[in-house]
Amino acid sequence: MSSVLFTQIGHVARRSVVRTLRQPAQIVPSLVFPMMLLAINASGLQRVTKIPGFPTNSFVTFALAIPFMQGALFSVMNAGTDLARDIETGFLNRLALTPLRGAALLIGLLAGALVLGVVQAICFLLVGLAAGASFAAGMPGVLVLVALSMLITLGFGAIGLVAALRTGSGEAVQGLFPLLFVFLFLSSMNLPRNLIQTDWFRHVATYNPVSYLIEGIRSLLVTGWDGEALALGFGIAAAIAVLGMVAASAALKTRLVRT
Amino acid sequence: MTNDRAASIEAEGLVREFKKGPRAVDGIDLRVAPGEIYGFLGPNGAGKSTTVLMLTTLLPLTGGSARVAGYDVVHEGPQVRRSIGAALQESALDPFLTGREHMRLQTAMHGLAAAERRARGDELLERVGLLDAADRKVGGYSGGMRRRLDLALALVHRPPILFLDEPTTGLDVQSRSALWEEVSKLASEDGVTVFLTTQYLEEADVLADRVGIIDHGRIVAEGTPAALKAEIGRPTVEAVPRDPADRERMARVLERFGESAAASPKGVAVRLRGGDAELADVVRALDAEDLALEHLQLHAPSLDDVFLTKTGRSLEGAGEDEEGGDAETDEAETVAA
Repeated sequence: MSSVLFTQIGHVARRSVVRTLRQPAQIVPSLVFPMMLLAINASGLQRVTKIPGFPTNSFVTFALAIPFMQGALFSVMNAGTDLARDIETGFLNRLALTPLRGAALLIGLLAGALVLGVVQAICFLLVGLAAGASFAAGMPGVLVLVALSMLITLGFGAIGLVAALRTGSGEAVQGLFPLLFVFLFLSSMNLPRNLIQTDWFRHVATYNPVSYLIEGIRSLLVTGWDGEALALGFGIAAAIAVLGMVAASAALKTRLVRT
Repeated sequence: MTNDRAASIEAEGLVREFKKGPRAVDGIDLRVAPGEIYGFLGPNGAGKSTTVLMLTTLLPLTGGSARVAGYDVVHEGPQVRRSIGAALQESALDPFLTGREHMRLQTAMHGLAAAERRARGDELLERVGLLDAADRKVGGYSGGMRRRLDLALALVHRPPILFLDEPTTGLDVQSRSALWEEVSKLASEDGVTVFLTTQYLEEADVLADRVGIIDHGRIVAEGTPAALKAEIGRPTVEAVPRDPADRERMARVLERFGESAAASPKGVAVRLRGGDAELADVVRALDAEDLALEHLQLHAPSLDDVFLTKTGRSLEGAGEDEEGGDAETDEAETVAA
């Protein structure tokens, strides 16, 4: 990539981070809400670990994967809402009149979401460890977990950008958030798939890509190094990211009708 | 201004048609000379902003052609954008960034060298009187401050042509005057060509070297403000009787001097058939009828008179009957594109 592109990405990303940091209402829920859900689940579902075949005797360790997914879903809202606001206010038109490249805009916005994602990941890890979660893959696994978490954030952030570019409405992007949460709740977030007794739920969880993202993260916490789970987690996250970026690029071309 | 030099902005038969609705711009021809301030005057929904979006390459043309800074807006978009600065309708600013951060972003996007960015940003912030507020978040700026920052951002890459879309809408008188002064300086001292849309008669009259009056997507009159007003020619005299009961009698006296014109509720007005020179005769005639005056005023022809003559409507309030503003139509189209 040329230095011009790097400069543009850097400045767009910087703006994205600065404006996010200046809006506590964007940061606080994305940190507090996943932690609250973890605390509720961990206290209420600890007995689930007694089910024969459950992979660990610590539900906190098992459930610690969930906040990383929720954090990624918040990135949809943050990246998408910021861009939608730029469309609504005309800021995107201002940028369109500069030699800004479309790729720099999209990557820059996602870079901002990633910075927030790193902060979230570190917080979740620290809180998880403080709550007694163990880490089967050790220190190298922490780095892999953060990398997978970032890739998931990238993919879901790109979905947020597509929604913003297609609708041009912050409200529409925020409306997407509960819909994505349905995917989370219909996944293997609270039980391993092989222990889900209800057939339809198990089938839905099996076809739900979110299950494999969670299982990729969870494998590092619970199992150690599970090649299949990691390959599926990274593969599906990469596919979502690539498809999201392709769709976002196409939507940007439609939105930016400059000649 | 003359048309004998290469034009900064040229358009021939410019058309923009929206999918559901009439032609927003319906065959506009334009020629704006370098260093000229061209005022594009018209009511809401007349097609002003649509024209600006086409000339700034942000909206495709449905028909016709346009060149800006010598470049074709359809085929040479990047070259056009390098040559222009634009402050579009509504100040498009980020409320969470400071003025200085806006300048940093804009200078970087325009490719200014890292060492030059801060100096250029501060130079422009000082020019528009915002240096003291440079480190404050824009969310706390007044409307006038936002517009001035908007102007400064449009100038970072020293464009020879500047598009200002209703730059003073919603501003108080003081902020409006400050912006006018800055725009005048840009044209007179820096030789910047300014294409300015406005719905304010006074703005076009005071600021523009030439005015194009647009209505329903068509230019209905064009020329210097003085020439346009001279074309209409005759001034209006308005008289307010001391005794309101004399209003009818006063109207009958004034009718001898010309056809009636719009007046205040208590007054009577006519457009003088014989021009300014008839004012003395009007006073004598009223005196002869023993009509006491509360107030007598001679109005020189205004651009509103020009608009009235050309369209049969007054410019003030003309847009209220129309379907929304340009910006709304444009946004709908952009989303649909």
